[in-house]
Amino acid sequence: MPNSRLPPFDESPPRPEAPRSVYRAHGYIGQSGRVVRPLPAFAADAEALIALYRWILLCRHFDTRAVALQRTGQLGTYAAATGQEAVPVGVAHAMIDADVLIPTYREAIAQVMRGARFDDILRYWGGDERGADYAATPARHDFPPAVPIASQVPHAAGVAFALKHGHRNGAAVCFIGDGGTSKGDFHEGINLAGAWQLPLVVVIVNNQWAISVPRRAQTAAETLAHKALAAGIQGVQVDGNDVVAVREVLDHALRAARTSHAPCVIEALTYRLCDHTTADDASRYRSDAELREARKHDPVARLRTHLQHQGLLDASAERALEADCEATITHAVDAYLATPSRSTASIFEHLYAELPAELVRQQARLAETDHGP
Amino acid sequence: MARKSSGSPRFDDTHTVVEAVNLALARALDDDPQVVVFGEDVGVNGGVFRATLDLQTRFGPTRVLDTPLAEALIAGMAVGMAAQGLRPVAEIQFAGFAYACIDQMLNHAARLRYRTRGRLSCPMVLRTICGGGIHAPEHHSESPEAMFAHIPGLRVVVPSTPARAYGLLLAAIRDPDPVVFLEPTRIYRLFRQAVKDDGTSLPLDTCFVEREGDDLTLVSWGAALVEVRAAAEALAQQGIESTVIDVATLKPLDMATIVDSVGHTGRCLIVHEAPLSGGVGAEIAAQIGEHALLHLLAPVTRVTGHDTPMPLARLEHAYLPSAMRIEQAAHALLRFE
Ligand SMILES: Cc1ncc(C[n+]2csc(CCOP(=O)(O)OP(=O)(O)O)c2C)c(N)n1
Repeated sequence: MPNSRLPPFDESPPRPEAPRSVYRAHGYIGQSGRVVRPLPAFAADAEALIALYRWILLCRHFDTRAVALQRTGQLGTYAAATGQEAVPVGVAHAMIDADVLIPTYREAIAQVMRGARFDDILRYWGGDERGADYAATPARHDFPPAVPIASQVPHAAGVAFALKHGHRNGAAVCFIGDGGTSKGDFHEGINLAGAWQLPLVVVIVNNQWAISVPRRAQTAAETLAHKALAAGIQGVQVDGNDVVAVREVLDHALRAARTSHAPCVIEALTYRLCDHTTADDASRYRSDAELREARKHDPVARLRTHLQHQGLLDASAERALEADCEATITHAVDAYLATPSRSTASIFEHLYAELPAELVRQQARLAETDHGP
Repeated sequence: MARKSSGSPRFDDTHTVVEAVNLALARALDDDPQVVVFGEDVGVNGGVFRATLDLQTRFGPTRVLDTPLAEALIAGMAVGMAAQGLRPVAEIQFAGFAYACIDQMLNHAARLRYRTRGRLSCPMVLRTICGGGIHAPEHHSESPEAMFAHIPGLRVVVPSTPARAYGLLLAAIRDPDPVVFLEPTRIYRLFRQAVKDDGTSLPLDTCFVEREGDDLTLVSWGAALVEVRAAAEALAQQGIESTVIDVATLKPLDMATIVDSVGHTGRCLIVHEAPLSGGVGAEIAAQIGEHALLHLLAPVTRVTGHDTPMPLARLEHAYLPSAMRIEQAAHALLRFE
């Protein structure tokens, strides 16, 4: 009888012994673009590597355009991922359709890799909720970006529970920033995943800064991955600028989550090379020297150099790829800018499954009094 | 292991409010395999008030679960579960601790459907007990309905009888949107009533008119209705006939029923246990002003808790609306020229 208390599932395998230390994952492609360790099987395939590079490049192009749109008054506040692209790309690449993505506001590329469209992302940041209504699966079943920091970790725990409860072969993949790991929601969520052995993988994108507060001021924890230990689950650190390493670590973590419901916290070490958002000026709180140093680790340059060294990307192929990315993003921007506006009355839509009488009244009143922008 | 089962549902057809809650939960678990009940101590212990008594034994530890002690998590995981097609029914042990859930309810549960244009939805229920009068410690006697009722996208429901607790809770669990379900502790075991456990739910979009009279309208919800009913009875003895309305669903409000009654009686007294300022009573009064002003024969009046914390046990009586306060306010309304 007392066994019914934990874990909640009769059929759960015995709980593994709690990890005692953080696992540091191997890197594969070093800072100079040289291979420092034999690549894992998936990366031996040149096409797979080029595909990863294309996603990373798309992310960079997209962010550049999104920021330009914001600067010209055509987009609201936007949070770019410049410098940390290899994390969401590596993570989303390792995910299968049955997995569920629970992102923050900085993982647009992962959403797109799951079937959201770049023009959806622009609509969302451009102030139109329809931008979170992704048409294609698996993005359609994923969560929209969470803006309140860390609040998405409990959702991910709930998703992971539902996946296990329904005997579905998927894992919940939750993103969070380094600052977010200071919040209770993060600890409450991973604690539950440990206690209940839920298929949850939390990816901490440690880009060193929470707006202006540096990682060292956030916590005295030795690494952010260490926070997993208190929850009794494995913590893993990985070089977040090495997309092959991220992809490989996620692949392992996701398989373990799917097959034996082992939760995991992965700290991906990276650096935000851009401002926190378009409303931020990072030069107020960090030095040029720091930025110069961080640029040496740029994941785009690293993978490009690697591909060049391997003879997988010559100048013309690279030009073609850049042009392809530009065209894709331009197409998305055009679609975004051509989006027909929606009626003001639609602000009442989708609030409840069925609109309550009082809201029907308010909707009618709005129709009478709305004189447009 | 031997287990205490004092207070388990009686096998006749009358039930207390807490038994009715238990019946509704069992019925929902039985009817729909997607329903999952969880919270602190809800499993083996059957809830500190026994609202979930025996449910884990009957439905197993994958459907009735003890969570870690983490209120934001309980509400937040319900969001994740609901978005995945489960029907989570989460219990927060005491309303004073449900404030930790407001972030999740407000920022996520209430707007998941809205912000995804219907792509995802959040059919969850957050159950908690509320209200004073049971001499509980600090933070155990709160009436937080207005805080939740202020949130667009939520439903807020407070039952006042066993039959309504049963029917409204079933409706809440079946509702496609998130519902905060507040169970007044004081009436958990105050009286019994026939409850037909036939799976019939009650509507979440209409008030219940309990009694009809021409002289004034008494509007209330939850445990305060105990005193409202007593006052209405006392007034009737004096030849004053009142209409008694149990609002039951505070968000969204069924103002039509209330306005209709006030249009007829011209006098309205609103009674609630929550603090006076910014309460749901203020909303009702404002809407009466908007929709029935010319029918009013006296200003809309409120008898409520005060804008103070719920005092500890010895002075609870000074806080809670009493039948006497209600009766006096009713007389003042009737005397108004
Ligand atoms: C609960 C909450 N508090 C404050 C904010 C305002 N805010 C937005 S981003 C941010 C910093 C987050 O840093 P981090 O978690 O490291 O993620 P990053 O932005 O670096 O990806 C803050 C404080 C918020 N969105 N939510």
